Amino acid sequence: MSGREEFTFLVGGPAGAGVFRSGLVAAKTLFRHGYYVHGDNEYPSIIRGGHQWMMVKAAKREVYAHGEEVDAVLALDKETVARHRGRVREVIVADESVARGLEGVVAAPLMRSVREVGAPSVAVNMAGLGFVLGLYRGDVGRLEAVIRDVFSKKREVAEVNARVARRAYEYAAEAAGELALEPLSIGEPPRGKIVIDGNSAVALGALAGGLSFYAAYPMTPASPILHLLAELQKEYGLVVVQPESEIAAINMVTGAAYAGARAMTATSGGGFSLMTEALGQAAMTETPVVIVEAMRAGPSTGLPTYTSQADLRFVIHASQGEFPRFVLAPGDPYEAYMAGFDALNLAWKYQVPVIVLTDKYLAEGYWTVDEPPRLEPSEGKVIRGEYRGEEPYKRYKITPDGVSPMAIPGTKGALVTANSSEHGEDGYGSTDPEVVTAMQDKRFRKLSGMIEEANGKGVKTYGGGPLAVVTWGSTKNAVLEATRDMYGVRVVQVLYLSPFPSERLSRELEGADRVLVVEANKTGQLASLLREHLLLEPDGFLGKYDGRPFTPEEVEEWITGFMEG
Amino acid sequence: MDHGIYGGVIVVAEKFDTGRRPVWCPGCGNFGILVALRRALARLGLEPEEVVLVTGIGCHGRMSGYVRANTFHTIHGRVLPLATGIKLANPSLTVIGHSGDGDAYAIGLGHLPHAARRNIDVTLIVHDNMVFGLTTGQATPTTPKGRITRSTPYGNPEEPLNPLFLALASGATFVARGFSGDIAHLEELIVRAIRHEGFSFLDVIQPCATFFNIYREVRRRVYKLEDEGHDTRSLEAAIRKSLETERIPIGVFFETKKPPFRENFPHAMSPPPGQRVPRSVDLSHVWSRYR
Repeated sequence: MSGREEFTFLVGGPAGAGVFRSGLVAAKTLFRHGYYVHGDNEYPSIIRGGHQWMMVKAAKREVYAHGEEVDAVLALDKETVARHRGRVREVIVADESVARGLEGVVAAPLMRSVREVGAPSVAVNMAGLGFVLGLYRGDVGRLEAVIRDVFSKKREVAEVNARVARRAYEYAAEAAGELALEPLSIGEPPRGKIVIDGNSAVALGALAGGLSFYAAYPMTPASPILHLLAELQKEYGLVVVQPESEIAAINMVTGAAYAGARAMTATSGGGFSLMTEALGQAAMTETPVVIVEAMRAGPSTGLPTYTSQADLRFVIHASQGEFPRFVLAPGDPYEAYMAGFDALNLAWKYQVPVIVLTDKYLAEGYWTVDEPPRLEPSEGKVIRGEYRGEEPYKRYKITPDGVSPMAIPGTKGALVTANSSEHGEDGYGSTDPEVVTAMQDKRFRKLSGMIEEANGKGVKTYGGGPLAVVTWGSTKNAVLEATRDMYGVRVVQVLYLSPFPSERLSRELEGADRVLVVEANKTGQLASLLREHLLLEPDGFLGKYDGRPFTPEEVEEWITGFMEG
Repeated sequence: MDHGIYGGVIVVAEKFDTGRRPVWCPGCGNFGILVALRRALARLGLEPEEVVLVTGIGCHGRMSGYVRANTFHTIHGRVLPLATGIKLANPSLTVIGHSGDGDAYAIGLGHLPHAARRNIDVTLIVHDNMVFGLTTGQATPTTPKGRITRSTPYGNPEEPLNPLFLALASGATFVARGFSGDIAHLEELIVRAIRHEGFSFLDVIQPCATFFNIYREVRRRVYKLEDEGHDTRSLEAAIRKSLETERIPIGVFFETKKPPFRENFPHAMSPPPGQRVPRSVDLSHVWSRYR
């Protein structure tokens, strides 16, 4: 069956009405119809009340970002109709009680379906999904299956919701005939693909990288990592702790890593601020820790539930003194998985802190990506069991690559002496100028290997042409969507922000006659890194700092201006 | 050679001595704690490789240079979360935290009640000299009200904190106070604290010879709880003792048995996180959630 190429759907309603769950069910249902899907949500920091929505774009090709317009809206309240009416191309569906007196809104028997099945009124969202699917003549069996999966922990709830959806789907037949909307195509899900959010992906990547200890204090938008790992702890043998603060979290992680565990924490900018002292401790004690920082809009508490890329300079420089660190910035869930995995391996290979920098849009947004491969973590220079060296074990032994063999406490014949104050090779405190210089040089000797890693994996180029658009993190999605049909544009994504992959980026920019930068902050932080590391003045910078991700339309319009000029 | 005779067995504390000469002031209370700790470790039959000492910032922090064991000298106030991470990653290690009154009760106080209520199986020894020594004599949360220090030239305006009362209220399963001037008694307390399974809290009065020398006063006022028939199983009796102000009780205030924190993670303990070599993980079961 052919059916439509693209379909964009928005569900909106008050907080507590199950808007996200509806959006997720819609995304999976469309995926199982054979579409690539992308979903993104917006919500205020309120548990009940307050408008929230989730938007799902489905297409028979890769879809990176959604635009400003939608085909169909499911309105769970009047406010949704008022807010989103202007962007709707085809149809707005609402329950009869909501639609009353509203022009151009299909009044659907949603509550009626709920009552007829004997379901609780919160199931009205599933009725809405059933009805919309009916209007577009989708396969209700696929919707029911998704509902059963999403509510898998409560079988009775799943069944009743599935019945509600089917009842409303059946009611839609008549209206479907009248409206004659272009139907959905019904095919098989894209082969080898999954639909996943950035938070889950980074957590699972860390799991693939041998994660065995996770401690984190709740903070939007990073909390879902805690939720997922807490849930999976028994299956995968993890210790998961929710401590009293982010300070406690990072120090527990540091203690666990010192004791030999692959350990990670996650937070947002505010929590990361509290972690900065211990970040330096991890660097000074050469303890491998991984921190996921999911950015939201600041300063301070800022916009707690909205996206931003304004913490880049902060994480690159955070904590007093100078030390090498990795900052990895994935742009989609597949890259987030790889970053979670790489972060642990790099942390243990170089015994340095690694920060995975994501943002609310990536953390909570869903994309259709390849199912990530099974990966093989490597241990690094770790000594377990027994130390058999001829000279007494020295935790900070000076080596050509700056990395000292790391014994784990409990190793026979080795005493592991970590010290957050400056120290000699044996870990004992020292202020001797020669020792201090030698130890700082030792730590920085790791940098050449780290730069090689950054130049190897730190830059991706999409397409080719004389106009280069440089971007990073989740903003790459809007840029890729915007430039899909443009000729002569190359998109260059920087994935390693520290150490900066200068050599590789210069190579990727060769032959570009103009270089533009797009990123979600006000001051142009990546742009400033191009100036600093490449001595390159970008020809244009598009920033955004209203808490919303870029839309392809605004990026397209801006880039087009440079093409004409 | 530092040794003691217990039941006819000579125990040598020397293996816990790094041989470095401590740089504390003459008469510093830290010496007493250092000696008592080394003897306690030897008496417990532990090997240096099995012990991890976590030390904070302050004069006490130098302990990590003087005790031959695994050590982690951490930033100010973070001894407990660090020790918690170590213990959870490898419960076979004996983890002992050393903190000062500034470290544990000022900047790091936020961690104490949580370590206590979690019942994490570590021992916290607080070197409580009621003053900041390393930063040359400012008030801490245990400095008596009215005391003149360099930061309180007109007398300390704040009421001091009662750490034992706090530890008891927070659910600590072992609560004790020692005195660095009575090394044999302190050694006994450290042995009991380490043997206790769960969170052990030991506040040690260790007068600062330079900025707050109250040896004589403390000696005059201390008495041993065990000499007066104190019932360590009674939380109420312990709380009453913790509120005493005229005389200073030392010894075990309270001891009870509760499951240690690690028992919440049986699924992660064979082997524990710290003893696992990272291996390829099969996530195929998880991916089905995302279709």
